[in-house]
Amino acid sequence: MPTLTVDGIQIEFNQGQTIIEAARAAGIEIPHFCWHPSLSVSGNCRVCLVEIEKMPKLAISCSTYASDGMVVHTKSEKTLQARNAVMEFILINHPLDCPICDEAGECKLQDYAYKHGKGESRFEEMKVRKEKRVQLGPYIKFDGDRCIMCSRCIRFSDEIAKKNQLTFVKRGDKVTVSTFPGESFDNPYTLNTTDICPVGALTNQDFRFKSRVWEMSNTNSVCTGCSRGCSTEIWVRNNEILRLTPRFNQKVNSYWMCDNGRLNTFKHVNAQNRIDGAYIRKEGQLQKVEWEEALKVAVKSLREYKNSEIAFIGSPFATCEDNYALLKFARSLGVSNIDFMNHILPGDQDEILIREDKTPNSLGAELIGLKNSSNGSSLDGIMKSVKEGKIKALFVMEDDIVSANQEYEKIFSKLELLIVNSSNQNETANLADIVFSASTFAEKNGTFVNFQGILQRIRPAVATEEMDRALDGMEMSRWDKFGTDYDRWLKGKKYDAKPSWKIFTMLSAYMEGKLKYDMAEDVFSDIAKSVENFKGLDYDSIGLEGVELKNIKSEARLAGVKNI
Amino acid sequence: MSIQKREKNLNFFEKLYIPEIMKGMALTLKSMFRPNVTLQYPEARFEPSSSYRGRPVLVQDNNGVERCVACGLCARVCPALAIEVQASETELEKERYPVKFEINMLRCIFCGFCEEVCPEEAIVMSKDYELVFKKRDDAIFGKDKLLVPVENLKERIEFLRAFK
Repeated sequence: MPTLTVDGIQIEFNQGQTIIEAARAAGIEIPHFCWHPSLSVSGNCRVCLVEIEKMPKLAISCSTYASDGMVVHTKSEKTLQARNAVMEFILINHPLDCPICDEAGECKLQDYAYKHGKGESRFEEMKVRKEKRVQLGPYIKFDGDRCIMCSRCIRFSDEIAKKNQLTFVKRGDKVTVSTFPGESFDNPYTLNTTDICPVGALTNQDFRFKSRVWEMSNTNSVCTGCSRGCSTEIWVRNNEILRLTPRFNQKVNSYWMCDNGRLNTFKHVNAQNRIDGAYIRKEGQLQKVEWEEALKVAVKSLREYKNSEIAFIGSPFATCEDNYALLKFARSLGVSNIDFMNHILPGDQDEILIREDKTPNSLGAELIGLKNSSNGSSLDGIMKSVKEGKIKALFVMEDDIVSANQEYEKIFSKLELLIVNSSNQNETANLADIVFSASTFAEKNGTFVNFQGILQRIRPAVATEEMDRALDGMEMSRWDKFGTDYDRWLKGKKYDAKPSWKIFTMLSAYMEGKLKYDMAEDVFSDIAKSVENFKGLDYDSIGLEGVELKNIKSEARLAGVKNI
Repeated sequence: MSIQKREKNLNFFEKLYIPEIMKGMALTLKSMFRPNVTLQYPEARFEPSSSYRGRPVLVQDNNGVERCVACGLCARVCPALAIEVQASETELEKERYPVKFEINMLRCIFCGFCEEVCPEEAIVMSKDYELVFKKRDDAIFGKDKLLVPVENLKERIEFLRAFK
């Protein structure tokens, strides 16, 4: 392998790599604004200038190919001088409005101004003013003053979103980013530009001014918007989710996620219609009762039916653990009518990330055995039997199947017993006789299998009533660490919800007690023992990027990743 | 190490005590004719100098709007976590304003870091030192109690401009 020397350290590189790429692979960071590992090279910010021996002038490391025997200095006096000069140029027209800028705290320009800037300005003239608060697209506010013309957003919309919607207009110091007059920046991936924007020029309208970034905790999780299952981070303050951001995962989503996933998959966690505790229908109304009472009534009612009169509906929205617990609980009752409902939006799919299967774990639920041929009736069969009065009791877990299929509402009126695990009020929960409030994806440990067969972990970011951020090992912000009961900033609502696997374990405890789980991890180790594809896995081995499950015959396996 | 002698070697007159007592009485007599330094609080009130760090307050400009842009630096720098700020958007030029600004006076240690870090000269230490509460909740001051017109804070602001 050819080698080059960076700051006295000899590093190997692949032919065709640029200096910045080779250095990055070896863990040496060269400052950069316009260069992005997933985008084409633009070379306009000049901050990655480095000194290369035997070259007459400094060269930008992002577009200079590494060659064998090259000697590069990233910290020599000449380089530092050049970097300071570039920083000074960039900062000439950059407003000093970090206090009101949402990017502050995760801003590349701010970081580099501290690291590589002079700390003061020699510029005494008026700064060039540009348009502020421009509504660039449905979810994006653009601030022309802050923009440093790195063109990352433009290259993103050309190369990743494949929609040539943004461009530079005007020249010299008046140059600014714009769409075609009258057009909106409205592709399904626009908010990724707010992530890659090295300054606060492009900001997320939904998150605007909600919190400073250093006040939140961030938890690694997975997006539940579709079967892609993009790796994400959940940002929480005061037990409330404020935003989701994509997390780099080469196998799944690279650096990106879609706007729908980012904006619409977490609002239900702190929504008004969250179900809080357990409910039983008394005199036609759902009334809140103690968990114990609801569990006892549920067990007593289930016992009144023959096992052929009961059916269980799992969920592709729930984790593998939840579905496995459902399966095991159903089997312990001798019930074989088990299935789940797919939620496929035909045609709503693209070559980038979005999948037409709008659930995060349909493959997982399938592998666990919810669509097994040894099961009794399928979903349609179950519904037919309900209609005919053969099935009288139904357990639905974490899926609003009535909203998805309006015919079910009529069919469900034939049921004698409907038990529902649900996080929010919905049409299915409203018809139920017994409701258990289920934790959302942001409140529990668990695993999802995406359409490629990659198993990823979700972790609790929001605490429920039974959880404690410190004792349960959740991510904590400074406020979480030092707050007391008397601090108003630590009084976020905690819901009385439990993960579905726990609800089944508790139900089982009132019966034969075949399910004995204390943690989601226990359920998973059980899965790892009994489900072929999960053999040999545990939570530790899944890691941050997930693992590819064995023996998956998915035609889509690892498809589409190359494009991004 | 030699043992240190603690007491003074008294001479003859000192050993008599009487002259020493007379000396003390003389000092007492002299003090009776000196100006008074004790304040008859609360009838007479202490007026601190502009370097005094009383309770932190928010500066309200002449147009009736707070200077604060809710950047949250005071909340971040506060070693006692006394400050909570929630920002929101405004149509004004400053774009951002605190929809909620609360200081827990039971947590505040009057260090003045918030004042020092503020980029807008929006939070300053006032001369107000009288803080009494009956309930914990009363100790949390919202914007209604924190906003003080800029005229009343001129001295402190001038002091800050001269010495900060």
